[in-house]
Amino acid sequence: MKTAGRALLIAIVFVAVAAPWLAPNPPDRQFDTYLYAPPTSLHGTYFYPLRIVSRLERRFEEVRDRPVRVEWLRGHLVSSADDREPLLLLGADSYGRDIFARLLYGSRASLGLAALATLVTMILGAAVGGIAGYAGGAVDEILSRFADFVLVLPAIYVVLALRAVMPLVLPPGQVFVLLVGIFALVGWPVVARGVRGIIASEREREYVTAGRAAGAGPLRLLAVHLMPAARGYLLTQATLLLPAFILAEATLSYVGLGFPDSVPTWGTMLSNASNVALVGEAPWMLAPAAAIFLVVLAVNLVVQGSGRPPLVR
Amino acid sequence: MPRRAAPYTTQHVVHFLFRRLAFALLLVIAVSSSALLLTRLAPGDLTTELGARARPEDVARARERFDLNRSPLSQLGGWAVRAARFDFGDSFLYDRPVGGLIRRAAGNTAVLAVAALAVATLLGIPLGIVTGSRRGALAAAIRGVSLVCLSIPPLLTSLLLVFVASRTGWLPAGGMTSVTAIDAGWSAWMLDVARHLPLPALALALPLAATFERLQSQAMTETIHQPFIVAALARGVTWRTLLIDHAWRASLRSMCAIYGLAIGALLSGSFVVEYVTAWPGLGRLMYEALRARDIYLVAGCAAMGGVFLAFGSVVADLLLFAADPRVREGQTT
Repeated sequence: MKTAGRALLIAIVFVAVAAPWLAPNPPDRQFDTYLYAPPTSLHGTYFYPLRIVSRLERRFEEVRDRPVRVEWLRGHLVSSADDREPLLLLGADSYGRDIFARLLYGSRASLGLAALATLVTMILGAAVGGIAGYAGGAVDEILSRFADFVLVLPAIYVVLALRAVMPLVLPPGQVFVLLVGIFALVGWPVVARGVRGIIASEREREYVTAGRAAGAGPLRLLAVHLMPAARGYLLTQATLLLPAFILAEATLSYVGLGFPDSVPTWGTMLSNASNVALVGEAPWMLAPAAAIFLVVLAVNLVVQGSGRPPLVR
Repeated sequence: MPRRAAPYTTQHVVHFLFRRLAFALLLVIAVSSSALLLTRLAPGDLTTELGARARPEDVARARERFDLNRSPLSQLGGWAVRAARFDFGDSFLYDRPVGGLIRRAAGNTAVLAVAALAVATLLGIPLGIVTGSRRGALAAAIRGVSLVCLSIPPLLTSLLLVFVASRTGWLPAGGMTSVTAIDAGWSAWMLDVARHLPLPALALALPLAATFERLQSQAMTETIHQPFIVAALARGVTWRTLLIDHAWRASLRSMCAIYGLAIGALLSGSFVVEYVTAWPGLGRLMYEALRARDIYLVAGCAAMGGVFLAFGSVVADLLLFAADPRVREGQTT
């Protein structure tokens, strides 16, 4: 199970990295005659373009007398030879944009944000936890109490509150930085608490006393000698935080407080698909839900395989 | 023979409840104060809701009414003094007292949370006992389903269930009541809510049930390997009695701690579910209050959330107290 999880994670990372090559169309190209189009059925080396039968009912039919040739491995993994008739492997959204392409590019945004947020959270949490564990006494007490207070709060509400009190409409770059900051602010206590426990128990070991006798200052002792003891814990926490942050971004974007609709992320795509009446007829628009599910499943497989407690979110 | 530790007296219980109440009060105060200050100190305020072309006297009146001309700390102090008398101020967005809004929304969320918790417990615990105490195809299948459900967070379950509901029409696809039920009378209204409840409750309950199943399974596996179980088997205790009376009760200790965490998870999950299924609960209300910077409504919602959290942790402690004689009798292991 653990290997299956790891393989899945590697596949997802590969998809994120190779997105421009794997996507047949650019993610922001709007095909005006293909709004809400269903997925194209690919017949190996050709496909039939779609023609609108009824715009109101969003019905399409295949134009069988004009098959379009499909090109494999020419610039993209697979693409349409005719620039005006796109290959829509997962159909199109309300603006006529290729859902498959947006899904792939969205993996970059969602995974990239989550990965960066995880990194910052790790650093912040390890720093605070290390200081608390090493210093002990009043510093430890204050930091631990503060961390416990933040931990008891439901994370999504804190994230929501912090985001909602910022200006609601921001350019995507600022949203990215803001979200990384908010996620780190909410995530650090989880990491800090574990690191604090590890450092506090390692502090009494002989190699620390030896280092101190050799003249190492507290900062060097903490960073170079003590912190490696927390390596395994930090790795596990990073694995658990990643899907949590992906979900947080998806939730925020879904309620409109994350990225704007023009940026393809899994959250904005779900927001696009959230029209109830539409979703019943166009289930392919829920593809980002499947993507998020796969990431969370992969992480759970990896974590379950090592017999640790599952994701409690 | 070692002296048995004295059992808990009434005094112990009173002390315990007093400490927990103090903790609850502290939590509510801390959460609501931070929420109020956060909303106050953030850029923009509720007068932006009036629009760019609002008359200056309207803006000034709104500012005065919601104490926006006082300093943040003085506003917090004033709010706290009034809140101690259970006067939580007015909502700018809904133009009525916050207390009534919060009461109704909290009730709706509580209904949802209790329903979800009940379903999750009834599903997760028995299945966990099964998978934790035996091997074989059935246990493996349940474990697989559980892992899948664990990987579908409330955001996705609610979207999925809404999709299924809108496709099949078996259940209403959102909201708490239908338009037709408004004038129909009490029992018809109850029935209507009961028809709308399964969708959001299931959306919340499925991942939670999977979590319960996994944790119960692990707790069960650990307990089954202990010597007293082997001794009981040797004595001739039947498998079923062994499982329920001996092994399961011993495994309850770790489960009760999880129940406290489950309340937090329920609150988190309920926000998303309430948003997707349009269930008029506390999460939805807080979201709207935050967006509109409706400062007293935000503080009220935060206070209510704090109450829920504290309540959950007290319930978890009481459950542990009731379930595990080792805790009751004051032993440390």
